[in-house]
Amino acid sequence: MQSPGNLTVTSPCLTIKDMTLAYGELVILQNLNFTINRSDIFIIMGASGCGKSTLLMSLIGLMKPNQGDVLYGEASLWQAEPEARQQVLRRTGVLFQSGALLSSMTLFENVALPIAEHTHLDSQRIRQLVSYKLALVGLAGFEDYYPSELSGGMQKRAGLARAIALDPEILFFDEPSAGLDPVSAKRMDDLIRSLRDHLGATIVMVTHELASIFAIGNNSVFLDTETKTMIATGSPQHLLAESKDPKVIRFLTRDNTDNLQKDIPKIKQGNTYEQTR
Amino acid sequence: MTDQVPCALNFTHKDNSLEAAFIGDWFLETEVEIPTIETVFAKLADGKNIKQLVFSTKELGRWDSLLMIELVSLINYGKKQNIAIDMTSLPAGIQGLLSLVYAVPEQAGGRHKQIQGTWLAVIGNAGLDLFKDTQALIIFIGEIALSIFALFRKKTSFRLVDFWLQIQESGPFALPIISLISLLVGLILAFVGAVQLALFGAEIYIADMVGLGMTREMGGLMAAVIMTGRTGSAYAAQLGTMQVNNEIDGLKTMGFEPMSFLVLPRLLALICMMPLLCLYADLVGIIGGALVSVSFFDIPLVQYLDRTAAAIHLKDLAIGIVKCSVYGVLIALSGCLRGMQCGRSASAVGDAATSAVVTGIVFIVISDSVMTLICNRLGI
Repeated sequence: MQSPGNLTVTSPCLTIKDMTLAYGELVILQNLNFTINRSDIFIIMGASGCGKSTLLMSLIGLMKPNQGDVLYGEASLWQAEPEARQQVLRRTGVLFQSGALLSSMTLFENVALPIAEHTHLDSQRIRQLVSYKLALVGLAGFEDYYPSELSGGMQKRAGLARAIALDPEILFFDEPSAGLDPVSAKRMDDLIRSLRDHLGATIVMVTHELASIFAIGNNSVFLDTETKTMIATGSPQHLLAESKDPKVIRFLTRDNTDNLQKDIPKIKQGNTYEQTR
Repeated sequence: MTDQVPCALNFTHKDNSLEAAFIGDWFLETEVEIPTIETVFAKLADGKNIKQLVFSTKELGRWDSLLMIELVSLINYGKKQNIAIDMTSLPAGIQGLLSLVYAVPEQAGGRHKQIQGTWLAVIGNAGLDLFKDTQALIIFIGEIALSIFALFRKKTSFRLVDFWLQIQESGPFALPIISLISLLVGLILAFVGAVQLALFGAEIYIADMVGLGMTREMGGLMAAVIMTGRTGSAYAAQLGTMQVNNEIDGLKTMGFEPMSFLVLPRLLALICMMPLLCLYADLVGIIGGALVSVSFFDIPLVQYLDRTAAAIHLKDLAIGIVKCSVYGVLIALSGCLRGMQCGRSASAVGDAATSAVVTGIVFIVISDSVMTLICNRLGI
C-alpha cells in the first residue's frame, strides 16, 4: 500500500534482467537490462515498431519473455507460479491505448468490476469508491454513462479510473496521449503527474509524444529497431543534451538536428519538473 | 502491513467549530466496520450551531482510498449543510488529491434516470422496431437490385476475384459439415421410419421415405440451417468488423460501392452454391438411408436403389432445389443486411452475427411454410 507524502529513498521498483522478447523465430528485443525506481515517471520510447508495446506486454504479464525476467521489487514475475504472478500483478494498474473499457457496462460497472472482484467491500463503499475515483480523473457524475457515449479523451480517463481503482503501486500507460488534442493531452499529462505526486505510484509509460516525454518523464529507456535492444537510458532532458547517438538525437528533436543548439535551452527552460532525484 | 493500528474517527466540539480527528491506519480491506461518517456527524451536529469543520491528522498512520472516500463524503455533507470546511491542516498529498477531486464540477444531470416503460410502451416500441426493420430490409433489397443492374451495365465495382473467393468459402469448404449432418439426417429418417414400417413388414418403403424426404424437404432445409450458422453469421461478422474499422467508409471514399464490392459477391456466391449443396445433401442423405437399410434391415442394395429411383421424380428434386435456392437468397440477404447495419463497437459485431442467424432461420421457416403450402395447393 502507499504512504504518500514521504517519497524519499530511491529504491528499485521494477528490474528488467537480461530480457529477450521474440515472436517465434523473430527476435524483437534482446539484452534488456534496466531498473525503474519508485515514484519515477519512466518513459519507454523509440520509433514505431521497435517493440515498445511488446516490452510493455511482458512487464504486465501478458507475454512471456523468451529469456530473462522482470522483478517487482524482489518478486519475480515470470519464474513465479501463475497464482503468485497474479498476486504480483494485483499491485499494478494498466491503461491501454483505447481505454479498454467493457462496452457493455456503464462507467460505474467498469470501475467497480476489479473492486468487487478483489476486495470484500460492501456495495455502499464500492459506490463511494467508484465516485471518488471517477472524480479524481475529472469524470464526477458520469457513473451511468456507457463508454460509447463519451469522447476518446474521456474514455481514456475512465480507463485510468479503472486502472487506479485498487490503489496500484505501479501504473502502466500505453500511449496515454495518442489520439488526444493538445489540450486534452496536456491535461492527461498533468493528471498522470499529480497521481504520481499524490498517490505515490510509479508510472511506466510507453509513448513517442515528445511533448509528454519532456514534460513529465524523469527517466527513460530508448529502444532501437536495428540493433533490437536499448541504446540509451536516462532522463529525457539529459539524453537530449548529452547523447551522442544520432538516432536518439533525431528522435528527440523530430529529426531537426540543425536547430538542435537553439532548441535545447528552450526545452530545458520549459521543463518545470525537477530532473534529478 | 504488520502491526496495523485500527482506524478511528473522533469528533470534538469547540465553540462553533467541529474537529474531526483521523486516527490510525486507514485501509480499505480492514475488517473493522466503520459507521458511515455522515450519520455520526449528523448526530453530533444535531442542534448545535456548527459553522466550521476542521481536520486533525496528527495521529493518522498509513492510508489508502478508504480515508479519501470518508473525507470526500464528510466534505460533501458539510458543503450541503453550509458549513465552512478548513482543509489547511491536511497533509499536502491529501490536499492534492482533494483538489483533483473537486477540480471538475460534477456533470449536471449526468446520472441517467432509468426509464421504465409500461408494457403497452414496450409492445408499441417493438412494433415500431419491426416496422423500421422491414423498411430497412426493403431498402436493402432495392439497393441490391440497383447494384445488379449496374453489374449488367458494367458500371460496377464488383470484382470477379472476390466472387470466386466467396464461392470457395461457401461451397467446397462447407462440404464436410454438410456431409456430416446430411448423413446423420438420412440415418435417423431411415431408422425412425423403418421401426414403424417393420410393423407392417414394409421395410422396403424406407427407400421411398428417405428419398422423398431428403429431396423434397430435409436436404435443402438442413443445408440451409447449416449455411445460416456457418456462412450467414460469417457475412455479418465480416461486414460488421469492416464497419467497426471504418473499412466500409474507406471503400466509399475511394469510389467503391460497398453494395457491389462487398455484398454482391457474397450474395451471388451463396445463390450459386446453395442448389449444388442441396443436391449434395440429398445424395449423402440417401446414402445414409441405404446404410441403415442394408446393414440393419436386410434390404439388398440394388433393391434399395431401384426403389429410390422409382420413388423420386424429377419434380421432387426440382422442388427441393428451388426451395434451397430461395433459402440461399434469404441467408445471404439477412447476413449482409445485419453486417451492414452493424454499430461501431466490438459488442455490436457479436450482436450482428447473432441477429443474422436468428433472422436467417426465421426467414427460412416462413418461406418453407409458404412454399410447402403453395406446392400442396398446386398438387405438385
